[in-house]
Amino acid sequence: MNRLTYIGFAIAALFITAALFAPFIATDDFAAQNLASRYAAPSADHFFGTDSLGRDVFSRVVYGARISLQVGISVVLVSSIFGTIVGAIAGFYGGFVDKFLSGYVFNVFLAFPGLLLAIALVAFLGAGIGKLILALCIIGWVGYARVMRGQVLKVREYDYVLAARALGASNGRILFTHVLPNAVQPLIVQASLGMAGAVLSEASLSFLGLGIPPPAPSWGTMIDEARGFDVLYAAPHVMFFPGFAIALTVLAFNFIGDGLREYLDPKQRAR
Amino acid sequence: MKYRLQSFARQLALTLLVIWTVVSLVTLLIEIVPGDPATVILGETATQEQIENFNLKHGLDRPAFFFSYTDAGFKWHGADNRYTDYWSGLLTLDLGRSFRTDRPVREMIFERYGATIKLAIAAMIVAIGIALPLGVLAGSRKNSLVDNGASFLALLGISLPTFVIGPFLVYLFAVQLGWFAPTGSANPEDIILPAVTLGAALSAILTRMIRSSVIEELGEDYVRTARAKGLSERVVIYKHVLKNGLIPVVTILGLQLGVLLAGSIITEKIFNWQGLGLLLLDDGIGKRDYRLVQGCVLVISVTFIVANSLTDFVYRRLDPRIRLG
Repeated sequence: MNRLTYIGFAIAALFITAALFAPFIATDDFAAQNLASRYAAPSADHFFGTDSLGRDVFSRVVYGARISLQVGISVVLVSSIFGTIVGAIAGFYGGFVDKFLSGYVFNVFLAFPGLLLAIALVAFLGAGIGKLILALCIIGWVGYARVMRGQVLKVREYDYVLAARALGASNGRILFTHVLPNAVQPLIVQASLGMAGAVLSEASLSFLGLGIPPPAPSWGTMIDEARGFDVLYAAPHVMFFPGFAIALTVLAFNFIGDGLREYLDPKQRAR
Repeated sequence: MKYRLQSFARQLALTLLVIWTVVSLVTLLIEIVPGDPATVILGETATQEQIENFNLKHGLDRPAFFFSYTDAGFKWHGADNRYTDYWSGLLTLDLGRSFRTDRPVREMIFERYGATIKLAIAAMIVAIGIALPLGVLAGSRKNSLVDNGASFLALLGISLPTFVIGPFLVYLFAVQLGWFAPTGSANPEDIILPAVTLGAALSAILTRMIRSSVIEELGEDYVRTARAKGLSERVVIYKHVLKNGLIPVVTILGLQLGVLLAGSIITEKIFNWQGLGLLLLDDGIGKRDYRLVQGCVLVISVTFIVANSLTDFVYRRLDPRIRLG
């Protein structure tokens, strides 16, 4: 693994620590307003300064990691499980099932601009963390399904699958005990990139006002609240810190994904 | 020739199938809105008569689909339903009337469509303007300081989300330097900041592509021949290498036009750019004008799908190796 991958792991660890131990790390209540000290510059009292309502930006960024992690893990977990099952079915059974799933269903989901689909779903469903996760799963699962289908197509031709079949194993047993365990490696890469994508999508939707409603400290919402001309003029730090947080987190998971892809693919590793 | 026609027909069929699915999805999504659109639009104080009139006017009094399944059991409605209504409207390019303003949705969308296309094209020009020189420099001097610098910039451009780049540019060029207006589209130069914001990610992707394309072409035999002829390195790179190396890049650009159109929603919000995305966000979703939301989502996704299919088609024509694929 290259250096960037380790940097990615380090940033991701920091992010996860912040999310898990937010109540201990945060110096303030993330929702506590103090109109007397609006737009305070970063100082020993407020590491990242305060926002338009006098809330502590550092605490909000720390609690924001919690929202990002929660959405990211839920989306990756649900969409990878669902995508794996659908992809495995398409790859394993082939024939008409595969033609319908990979030829039609996958293409429909890939042909739709992902963010627009999420926006449309949230617009009709209404805002909220559960609905947001649902919308992101609906746009996210097809990536896992495609990877899994390709893997299963490859693995099912191996001799040990033939051997299992000759021994009289059922389709389900072959699929779950022989094919799947040997096909999951690329899913790890996909999950890491999917984590970056989910964190980014959550922030995007929250930025557009379609994600998690305030006062929850989503990084996207924080940027949206801080991007007005007067706020940028008076206190640019209110926008910068959550912006940094998003960029670093997304970068970290992309580094991890790219690094793992190289590590797991011997052809690329040799170079 | 027969195979080519077949592959073209298959491509066309898939595109139409995808569009049909998208339209169906958009048509039926309105059914999952919590509550009743009429009450949402007219308010809690609306009389029963007002609600009935509203539903009658927008066809909401009719069944949603060919059949329905409620507590009362399965019921067949036949062709007289909203789903077929929307389709028959679409065939005459009628997207219905706005729930709020009562204007034809098609008219509202056409007013804004141009602004979004203009922004997408400007973003593309920005992206090419940055990526072409940077990619060529990085590729022709592999592993040099320039190369590493360009790769880092590209990585940054890919990782930084639009809604971080945008406000940052506003801070730098509007608040600090005062060169541009922070939002709006009153002056001709107001397009620069949104175009850079929207084009940043694309320029990063293109830089990477051009770089690897140049590196690959530099290893070809014709480059050795050109150099052996005594041509200067500049002529080799700009006249020979670039001509071949740009083929994949050009086709990717078409694909990215669709991505830009969809991605402009965020950029339009940052800069208050009066395009389709802002229409969808402010007038559509913000005012719960579901008919308008349907129209916007439909137009953006169909534009996206058509741009993708066209690019795919051109790509197949350009590269004989995948023509029959």
